[in-house]
Amino acid sequence: MKVQLTTNQIEWRQQFRRFAEEQVKPYATQSDRNERLSEEIMESIRSSGYLGSMVQEEYGGKGFGPITQGLLNEEIGKVCSSTRAMLTVHGMVAIAIQRFGTEEQKQTYLPQLSDGSILGAFALSEPDTGSDAKSIQCKAEVRNDSYVLNGVKKWITMGQVADLILVIAQLNDGPTAFLVEKDTPGLSIEAMTGLMGNRASMLAELHFNHCVIPKANRIGKEGMGLSAVALNSLDYGRYTIAWGCVGLGQACLEKSFSYSKTRKQFNQSIGEQQLVQKMLTEMIVEVKAARHMCHHAGYLKEINAPESIMETWAAKYFSSKMGVNVANHAVQIHGGNGYIQGNDIERLYRDAKVNEIIEGTSQIHEVLIAKNANMAWIRS
Amino acid sequence: MHTKLKIREFLEQFFGDHQLRDDEDLFSTGYVSSLFAMQLVMFIEKEFQIHLKNEELDLKNFQSIDRIANFLEQLKVENV
Ligand SMILES: Cc1cc2nc3c(=O)[nH]c(=O)nc-3n(C[C@H](O)[C@H](O)[C@H](O)COP(=O)(O)OP(=O)(O)OC[C@H]3O[C@@H](n4cnc5c(N)ncnc54)[C@H](O)[C@@H]3O)c2cc1C
Repeated sequence: MKVQLTTNQIEWRQQFRRFAEEQVKPYATQSDRNERLSEEIMESIRSSGYLGSMVQEEYGGKGFGPITQGLLNEEIGKVCSSTRAMLTVHGMVAIAIQRFGTEEQKQTYLPQLSDGSILGAFALSEPDTGSDAKSIQCKAEVRNDSYVLNGVKKWITMGQVADLILVIAQLNDGPTAFLVEKDTPGLSIEAMTGLMGNRASMLAELHFNHCVIPKANRIGKEGMGLSAVALNSLDYGRYTIAWGCVGLGQACLEKSFSYSKTRKQFNQSIGEQQLVQKMLTEMIVEVKAARHMCHHAGYLKEINAPESIMETWAAKYFSSKMGVNVANHAVQIHGGNGYIQGNDIERLYRDAKVNEIIEGTSQIHEVLIAKNANMAWIRS
Repeated sequence: MHTKLKIREFLEQFFGDHQLRDDEDLFSTGYVSSLFAMQLVMFIEKEFQIHLKNEELDLKNFQSIDRIANFLEQLKVENV
């Protein structure tokens, strides 16, 4: 058994780290305060080509494998969760098109999604429907050569700025996926503000009011919008969120480790105190464990193993809990200095929480993992 | 190994002691969850070294052991 990154993956990780430190981190606090990703981040992300990290090279993407994608999300998640959220939802649209799109849809959208000339968003949740996704009320009807969409989507990450939205709506009582371009008449976009964390993820409520889209914009088969299209995208979403949590945990750990060495109380550094050591140890072990789970899920994805699906649920469940716990310890270790703006710790703490809510709440993970576990998987 | 045997071996983890018939509808037995279809597709792609195209991702092709085996057979013929 060999658990080791390849030389190529190590080189990519260095590039991602440099990119995150130089192009994203300096603007993360400002983006959080303004509830909007700064132009600098948007511009550098576009020109980096990382928006196409999950897209095959033949469609203009980077064609990264799952592990390299994970490393990207870890490094970006370490400096700015909102930027990582953009990579996640954008990728969810791209991989839906890549897997279930027609050749025409692929040719039309994938190169643009890859070079960032258009941004994607994923719209499943509604005001009255979250965890029970099959009960969505947004409706699609056939009219001549078109579909007409009616309904409301809520909590849509990047909804304020996305150019292409993957919408799940009921078509003849079967959840079906559609691609909707931003400027389509009948679609109005209302910004959502005042989030606790991931504040720069530019959420929106989307109102579809007799919104007419061409028939060619259905993606995947009728009735397969949830069981195939969304499930596949959400698997990618969970995977990248899990990695993002590892990055967030790593940032908390590194800052807390350094602080514990320099902050002195009772004539010695606080890191000499055993109760602080306990917190640091928990942080180190939990971050490492989460990273291992992500590597394992990633490896299974690389070999296209069906077990990767459950392993991804497990990795996201553990990593999101780890993120909250580790960020909590980080605030505690920093004392008052962890509780004030200007120190990344308070932002990391706020950003951590949402990962226990999105792409399936922790409770939904608890129900689903236990329900789907079988002997072969738990022994593996 | 025979195609149907390979499929059965994979399905065993989901169906446990239930004696699956070759023509039994996998999705209406109550044994599998919403994740099963995705896991089944991944298994088929990996085990039989194929990449299923969008049009082939039709539940009808995967509804029973018989259907899966027939579908794989048909793919082989088409690729000859
Ligand atoms: C910052 C942010 C970004 C988001 N981005 C997107 C996006 O881009 N696209 C999108 O479609 N959605 C998005 N969402 C919505 C998100 O997916 C939902 O919030 C999530 O699915 C939970 O749904 P809910 O908020 O309606 O909670 P509910 O489903 O109402 O759940 C409320 C509580 O009840 C519990 N609960 C519900 N059902 C069960 C059960 N069966 N067993 C045990 N406990 C249960 C939940 O765990 C939770 O604790 C986003 C949300 C946030 C906050």
